[in-house]
Amino acid sequence: MAEHTAATKDIDEKIAWAKINADVLRSMQNPRKGYWVALAFCVGLLSIGIYAEVHQYDIGMGPSNLNNPHMWDLYISTFVFWIGMSHSGTLLSAILHIFHADWRKPIYRFAEAMTTFSLLTALLFPIIHLGRVWNMHWVVPYLSDRGIWPNFRSPLVWDAFAITTYLTASVLFLYIGMIPDLAICRDNVKGWRRKLYTFMSVGWRGDDRQWRNFRKTYLLMACFLIPLAVSVHSIVAADFAMAIMPGWHVTSFPPYFVAGALYSGCAGIISLFVLLRYFFKFEQYMTLPILDKTCRLTFAIAMVWTYLNLIEFASVWYGHDVTSKEVLLAKFFGPYSPFFLTMLFFGMILPFALIVPKIRHNMPLIFIVSILLNIGMWLERYMIVAPTLSLAYHPWTWGVMWPSWVEWGIVIGSIGWFGLLFLIFVKVFPSVSMYEVKEMVYHRRRVVFDDAEERVMKPSRQEGS
Amino acid sequence: MKKRILGLFSDFDQAIAVVVGIRQYEVPGVTVDDITIKSPIEHPEIEEILGERSSHVPKFALSGALFGLIFGAFFLAAAQANFLVQPQGGKPVITITSNLVLIYEMLILFGVLSTFIGFLIGGRFMRKRTALDDEKINLDQVGIVVEVEEGNADPLRDLFRKHKVLEIRDRELEE
Repeated sequence: MAEHTAATKDIDEKIAWAKINADVLRSMQNPRKGYWVALAFCVGLLSIGIYAEVHQYDIGMGPSNLNNPHMWDLYISTFVFWIGMSHSGTLLSAILHIFHADWRKPIYRFAEAMTTFSLLTALLFPIIHLGRVWNMHWVVPYLSDRGIWPNFRSPLVWDAFAITTYLTASVLFLYIGMIPDLAICRDNVKGWRRKLYTFMSVGWRGDDRQWRNFRKTYLLMACFLIPLAVSVHSIVAADFAMAIMPGWHVTSFPPYFVAGALYSGCAGIISLFVLLRYFFKFEQYMTLPILDKTCRLTFAIAMVWTYLNLIEFASVWYGHDVTSKEVLLAKFFGPYSPFFLTMLFFGMILPFALIVPKIRHNMPLIFIVSILLNIGMWLERYMIVAPTLSLAYHPWTWGVMWPSWVEWGIVIGSIGWFGLLFLIFVKVFPSVSMYEVKEMVYHRRRVVFDDAEERVMKPSRQEGS
Repeated sequence: MKKRILGLFSDFDQAIAVVVGIRQYEVPGVTVDDITIKSPIEHPEIEEILGERSSHVPKFALSGALFGLIFGAFFLAAAQANFLVQPQGGKPVITITSNLVLIYEMLILFGVLSTFIGFLIGGRFMRKRTALDDEKINLDQVGIVVEVEEGNADPLRDLFRKHKVLEIRDRELEE
């Protein structure tokens, strides 16, 4: 009975506040062997990416196989993928914060960190894709001696603006939400960490003035961040939709991209949830009911994405633009069909696994499912980019292009880069929000006790009457 | 001479009872405006008892967003005006539709930055910690700091003790 009760509660309201501090602070100390292995693995992946990029820098874009008409391919597919992953933090932190969904509290911190690191990873791809990386500052609107400004009509410049804004906002959102926890860290550690946390907690005292300003700031930041996140992915969609290319010039692209972004972000949250729960022994905070809610949310978003995907096919089909139709048919029956059908399976069919409680509560299985969902979402981006470039309006440019080892190397390197940043984060900063879990415990305790009080009072009232 | 007295309590109920006591004038010369509450979590109920206290963060957010909007519009138009010397092929020099996207981003960027600055200023951050900033407040205790005349300190201490204070600390205010 007790086990059943524990399995239905988002959090055990009997956890002492001091224990919450102790558990989270413990997770930041003394990395175990598994941590070093994971770190070495990520450094290994990153090294492959660095080697590939150095090679490309040295030789030119030739080794990447990028050429007209395949000038985007894996780099831009992966860029869109990482931008999508970045929407996890916004969804869990900002949107659910506004809706007062307090079950997000134990898991939003790492989701916000995911947002920041995904953006830092995504940011690399347009730069790498330029080829001439030394000229990347040309996209920044600054007054140069030559009086040259970027082309403000281009969605690629909008990208630069939007991603810079999104990165700034999400870093500040992550940081502001962490200040009370940094003060806890400051009070409990010594050495270089104490100096770091003292500096970063900016003299947090926890008085009512600070909490009041904190609450308003956090809410305002959330309000800024939600339309910003939508605009960022809409602008990324505009990179495609503004081009008069078959399969891209679709009005439903921006919402389709936003839904895809939330979908992959949620799947990413599930993967990291399982890993943190296992490695840091956060079973008391990252509970099964919270995982259930995250899975249900992911499923709901998956269905929205599925609907928008089908709508896109329908628009192309009934729009009867012959070239776009050819591209769509080629996705189903052409050389890209194994990838496309895999994407459809992983993106549309596999999410139904999320509504099966037995699968949700099986940690290794749900981890595999979440990874497959993200593979599906990555394939989705690849299937947006490659087939259209292969079968555009000029038949003499038709042909299938397979990415070279350089492109694959850089994509693999990006996974290593993200993993490395995340692993450093979880050891330097608290990956569970201590003060918010305390709030959650406090309010749940009040509700439980108030209910109990009412239950006790009811029979006595009845007896009295 | 004025003093600041900190009382540490094990939970919010006792701390709230102290504030209620002060509101009911149990301590002469002390009003609710002299109270600061320190807590490990955000607790809106406390604000209800303390009464409405203003925060300027929304004003910072609004002014930052407006600045972003105006600056964005002028900055982009000024940059595009450089193209006057170049042939535009019939396209407008200042493209309002595409600029709207960028102005929107700048509105949010400056709004976010300004909100953050407002937070730092409004929360009175970056001040030296004193003996009344206790580490236990970040752990699990609730602190009430009251600014009080020396002569009224004893009734305040009595009120604290009545509500099971765990610890009392004093700090004299510099004149």
